[in-house]
Amino acid sequence: MAEWLVFAAGTLLALIGAAGVLTMRNPVHAALFLIQTLFGVAVLFVSLQAHFLAAVQIIVYAGAIVVLFLFVIMLLGVDKDEAKAPEVLKGQRVMAAVLGGIALVELLLISRVNVATGARAGSGALDGAGTNVEKLSEAVFTKFLFPFEITSILLVIAVVGAVLLSRKPKALDGSVGSSGLVSGSAGGAA
Amino acid sequence: MVGVLLGAIGKPNAAAYLAVAAVLFTMGATGLLLKRNVLVMFMCLELMLNAVNLTFVTFSRELNDIGGQVIVFFSMVVAAAEVVVGLGIIVSIFRRRKIGATADSASLLKG
Repeated sequence: MAEWLVFAAGTLLALIGAAGVLTMRNPVHAALFLIQTLFGVAVLFVSLQAHFLAAVQIIVYAGAIVVLFLFVIMLLGVDKDEAKAPEVLKGQRVMAAVLGGIALVELLLISRVNVATGARAGSGALDGAGTNVEKLSEAVFTKFLFPFEITSILLVIAVVGAVLLSRKPKALDGSVGSSGLVSGSAGGAA
Repeated sequence: MVGVLLGAIGKPNAAAYLAVAAVLFTMGATGLLLKRNVLVMFMCLELMLNAVNLTFVTFSRELNDIGGQVIVFFSMVVAAAEVVVGLGIIVSIFRRRKIGATADSASLLKG
């Protein structure tokens, strides 16, 4: 029964926060609701005995990533005029709702069907002696050592990329970060 | 979902967690289609990532295997890197535009 209470608390936190992210006009409020969702997911992680991941969820996601979001929102200026901007894509809201409903039904159906084979990946048991952190670290530093080292390269690339992207271009055109960047991300947005 | 929640008193089974993750993922996906503020779209992306992480941790407990949690660990690292690079791109796009951070104002390729 207590597990159900913890589960319900985490679920409510996560889903109400997600609804807030969707409905809030002000991006700052959306970011604060995102923190609530991340906290709810962390509660669910605790109830699934993923203690280390719950702590990392709070520290990294709520502590670092959302703060980064808030920095950028403040840097770009709070912009509440999303509703007043002309709607470029006709019927975007209706289509989004319809597609979301279809995806929800599909995912719920899949979650009811038992498609897992039950076969283990063989990366170590979750139960047994030792804490969650010990077992996770043993897996990361033995079996998954190479991916862990690759991660450091990824982080260095991300840092260098962020510095390169966000520096002020000296010449307006001709520099690396100006025209190619905008057209590339426009393709991603369209 | 209500039937799942009220079905068995005891410990929440995997289906309940998977249903929560499905709803969370759908809300993120819907928000990504619905919103036009790029920053809020990015937040919806984080919602979807979190839903998938929840699925991984659920199966990690269900199959009694630490591998799911290891994958979530790596996915968090990738998410952090992705946020840093993505926000850098957003800043560099919208620093030269005074319109406001909607995705429609970066439509150079559409012609």
